[in-house]
Amino acid sequence: MGGKMTTDTGIEFADTPDFRKKIRAWLEDNCPADMRDGASGEGANCWGGRNWVFSSEGQRTWLERCAAVGLTVPTWPKAYGGAGLSRDQEKILKEEMAAIGARSPLNSFGIWMLGPALLKFGTEAQKQEFLPPIARGEIRWCQGYSEPGAGSDLAGVQTRAEDKGDHWLVNGQKIWTSYADKADWIFALLRTDRDAPKHKGISFVLMDMRSEGISTRPIRLISGASPFCETFFDDVKAPKEQVVGEVNRGWDVAKYLLTHEREMISAGGQVMGSGRALGAVLANSETGLSDPVLRADAMRTEVDALAMELTLERYKDQAEGGQGVGDASAMLKYAGTELNKRRLELVMAAAGSEALNWEDGRAPTWLRTKANSIEGGTSEVMLSIISRRILGLGA
Amino acid sequence: MAKLIQTEEETMLQDAARALLDNSAPVSRLRALRDAGQTRDDALWQEMVAAGWAGILVPEAAGGVDMGHAAAHVLAREMGKTLTVSPFLSTAVIAVSVLRQLQDSRSQAALKAIAEGAHTYALALDEGAKFNPDRIELKAEKRGNGYVLNGEKRFVVDGGTADRVLVLAQSDDGLCLFDLAADREGLTRSSTDMIDSRDAADLTFENVELSGDELLGAAGDGASLLRFGLEAGQAALAAETTGLAQAAFGMTTDYLKERKQFGVPIASFQALQHRAAHLWCELELTSSAILHVGRMLDLDPGNATLAVSLAKARATDTAQLAVREGVQMHGGIGMTDAYDMGFYMKRARVAAEWLGDYGYHAAQVARMRGF
Ligand SMILES: Cc1cc2nc3c(=O)[nH]c(=O)nc-3n(C[C@H](O)[C@H](O)[C@H](O)COP(=O)(O)OP(=O)(O)OC[C@H]3O[C@@H](n4cnc5c(N)ncnc54)[C@H](O)[C@@H]3O)c2cc1C
Repeated sequence: MGGKMTTDTGIEFADTPDFRKKIRAWLEDNCPADMRDGASGEGANCWGGRNWVFSSEGQRTWLERCAAVGLTVPTWPKAYGGAGLSRDQEKILKEEMAAIGARSPLNSFGIWMLGPALLKFGTEAQKQEFLPPIARGEIRWCQGYSEPGAGSDLAGVQTRAEDKGDHWLVNGQKIWTSYADKADWIFALLRTDRDAPKHKGISFVLMDMRSEGISTRPIRLISGASPFCETFFDDVKAPKEQVVGEVNRGWDVAKYLLTHEREMISAGGQVMGSGRALGAVLANSETGLSDPVLRADAMRTEVDALAMELTLERYKDQAEGGQGVGDASAMLKYAGTELNKRRLELVMAAAGSEALNWEDGRAPTWLRTKANSIEGGTSEVMLSIISRRILGLGA
Repeated sequence: MAKLIQTEEETMLQDAARALLDNSAPVSRLRALRDAGQTRDDALWQEMVAAGWAGILVPEAAGGVDMGHAAAHVLAREMGKTLTVSPFLSTAVIAVSVLRQLQDSRSQAALKAIAEGAHTYALALDEGAKFNPDRIELKAEKRGNGYVLNGEKRFVVDGGTADRVLVLAQSDDGLCLFDLAADREGLTRSSTDMIDSRDAADLTFENVELSGDELLGAAGDGASLLRFGLEAGQAALAAETTGLAQAAFGMTTDYLKERKQFGVPIASFQALQHRAAHLWCELELTSSAILHVGRMLDLDPGNATLAVSLAKARATDTAQLAVREGVQMHGGIGMTDAYDMGFYMKRARVAAEWLGDYGYHAAQVARMRGF
């Protein structure tokens, strides 16, 4: 890693008056043929990182070309590897990518979660060091929040970091750490003051997963995959400058990051599963059109899905130029993930016995959606956030 | 497409509307009208006319302010919040959206009369218990230059008090839309005692003789002329219903904070908190659909059908949930006539049926989404 600037300043998108035309031409010239199949979801994703094995030469080329002009993180500032696009321009970019079925060149927790938090809370040196490698897909991050004893009650984390003068000494255990076994670095919530009230003694710390004393053990999911792990810290030394924000004020960073995570999970629902229009799913199924109960459920779900799509758009419009949607991300996450679960239930019901074998691929997706309303804060926790912070209902 | 955020202009209009309505049409006004057995509030309507609301969609050339559908939705939503009794939807939205499509001088004069507050309108469409604009049996028989109407219309909203009626009839040339005075000979209006305390009537046409001038557009144009009027009306009704839902929700959360049981505010019970939070999410989703349909009707009216049905379906569903939860979370007081929540519940039921219920609009959405 280093301070090398990534964005090739030879191509200027941000201030182009004829942005759509220019981006369309660029995509046409640069997006490899096998990256135009419209595929999305976990299998089609390029997560990047030191150990990433590209699924094809096209996937590699696509990542490199996008990274060179800042299009892996289009709205980040150019100084940190982005393209400096406005939200309107990003919208156009997405439309143009969708028009040719272009895959997303890179998705990662660095882009979705850590990046926004560093942009807001990081020091200039931290931004310079950590953001460009995320944008280039060189470093893959994982999220060390949850612990066996601290799930919904996240501020109860006990993994501790002791001040040893020139470094922190970290001991404890995280759990449900997605892709910890594949990640290069981890951002973690650690207890740095055991005497302070629980929200006031937590720090947000970055650690290299190669550090001595870090080990991981994969956990198998009901969907058959094992993308998450237990992560153990045994006398791990973390340099002092790897705290983001103030020491003991990590909860602020953690919460801010969660609002981004929740928005991402919510929007993810829109692309997960078998496309958006349930009608097509039903039309292709044996019972879909003749079963009135299924059909009625699907109609309701379709109505709600369209309203959800507009709501995501509305909140993005509102947040433009601002700092994200804040507490309302709880609404987006709750509504989006519950909807996505309904959608995949319908997909399974419409498919009947055809979807009951592992090869078919629908069952793992269906099972995976069950996690949407758990990860990043459960639906119940989202409802509590809404009722307390937005509606002012409380004791 | 324009952003899904209320513009500054719309916010100013909202504030002005709120001020007018809080002063002249709080819910107590509906209660007073109900107690007096009245379904028409002329003084309030004239106030709205003076404020330009009757002409919100009327072109400037015909004396209107021509602010567009999104603006009309702002007004409808504010009216919904306090259950305002007015012919706004029938007249300023539906009739105007029909008449605006015609360039002839009589239509221009009709628009002018609406903007000036000289005429109110009702749309006579339904013949059965459910909205079904494709099944029209009321007969228009050609006679000389004109027509003779025979048949019946039901659930004609504002039909008991409106000055004029738009009526959709079947002729040998297809569907025809007529614009006639409500006091025409042969037209009998019998007002229904509605649960929402507003005006609706059954209309009987017995050899009602019309001149050719009273036919809007050409013979056979009825369905296409009415289509945009219906879409505009459905969208505005969705906005009204959403306002209703927001207000019912506001009353409910206020009550949760105020009412104490077991020594604590009932707002501290998580079972209620989560239901309130869920309802708020539903309101947020529906508000997006309302903002969207306003933009669509103003910027791309030829392609607004999906947005219209989405808005009407969502608004209907959300309002029903809001009033059900509203009554339940108030306990016994929610069931009393003295408390306003019942008015909200009854209006939500009528609004759900008018211009197509949830099933009708969800089916429209499904059809357009490839079901
Ligand atoms: C697929 C997947 C990936 C994940 N990835 C990561 C990751 O990368 N990094 C990471 O740090 N974590 C990750 N998580 C963990 C996730 O954030 C936690 O599982 C989640 O926060 C819930 O915590 P918990 O599992 O301890 O459940 P608990 O908190 O024990 O909850 C159990 C049940 O009790 C309910 N409940 C708890 N408290 C309340 C309350 N106050 N009121 C009402 N109901 C309540 C919950 O809603 C839930 O239904 C992942 C989880 C999943 C499923």
